[in-house]
Amino acid sequence: MSTETCNDAALTIGTHTLKSRLIVGTGKYANYALMGESLERSGADCITVAIRRERLIDADGNNLLDFIDTDRYTLLPNTAGCFNADDAVRVARLGREILLGLENPGADWVKLEVLSDTKTLLPDPVATIEATERLVADGFQVLCYSSDDPVIARRLKEAGATSVMPAGSPIGSGQGVLNPNNIRICLEYLKDGDPDYPVIVDAGVGSASDVSIAMELGVDGVLLNTGIAHAADPLRMADAMRLGTESGRLSYLAGRIPKKLYATASSPDEGLITAKPR
Amino acid sequence: MQIQVNGESREVEAGASVGQLLDQLRLDPRSLAVELNLQLVPRANHHETQLAEGDQLEVVTLVGGG
Repeated sequence: MSTETCNDAALTIGTHTLKSRLIVGTGKYANYALMGESLERSGADCITVAIRRERLIDADGNNLLDFIDTDRYTLLPNTAGCFNADDAVRVARLGREILLGLENPGADWVKLEVLSDTKTLLPDPVATIEATERLVADGFQVLCYSSDDPVIARRLKEAGATSVMPAGSPIGSGQGVLNPNNIRICLEYLKDGDPDYPVIVDAGVGSASDVSIAMELGVDGVLLNTGIAHAADPLRMADAMRLGTESGRLSYLAGRIPKKLYATASSPDEGLITAKPR
Repeated sequence: MQIQVNGESREVEAGASVGQLLDQLRLDPRSLAVELNLQLVPRANHHETQLAEGDQLEVVTLVGGG
């Protein structure tokens, strides 16, 4: 994003500095070509990727890496699909090994997901804290997918998380930010005495207004995937999400007016040629 | 000898290394990672790491994800 337009600082997460406050995923696109163009339109300079078994039979099939300029994007490998701390640590290490081979700067960080069940994809908070401690001890900068529970958010930060990423709503649900008050308390806890600590809303946003609402709460960034990938027109939605991120950020920085119960006239009371009702 | 590669049985020459197997599969080691019996095998050790009967090998790469 246009830090110039916003007169805003860049987003710093650990040792990484990002120009865009929108981080986008690379999953669920109809095809990799559409994904590549959508990523470009989103303005993101950081993209998430998953680690899976190499297809040994279809070795000539399309590869994600053929559609991504790894010199341009900082890759953020995730541990999606892991349901316990052991598996998350394994997958994080494999992701680091791949990114080291690609010489991508994202080799030193991970988006940690330790899920509880396949229906809700809600994070397992206890296992997420355990995996965070182990990965931090192993030298990772850990960005934690979390629920919007402020107490868990604080525990993750204490465990050494580089960023806590509370979900707006369940992954891929498109329900937006369901509990803005919890996000506010997360922000208060996590940024207490540490205003630059990065907090990112990860998951659940389905439209540009959802992204703006998250940014207006004062979070530092938004991470999304399905909202663009499964939109009827992903390219147009990528534009919308980019603009929604920028406008939400600008609106937060500008400082909104307080909400009042009654009206306040925008035109002057003086000089009226008409009579006011009592 | 028989080993498991990504959950499937595969016949490899006795004494073959991880590096030789990847060459045989025509896989570029720069864009993948290998785990042998749950232990990561760093790229630099692929050619010196010998496979043994019954080994469980995982060869992973990047795919689209959120």
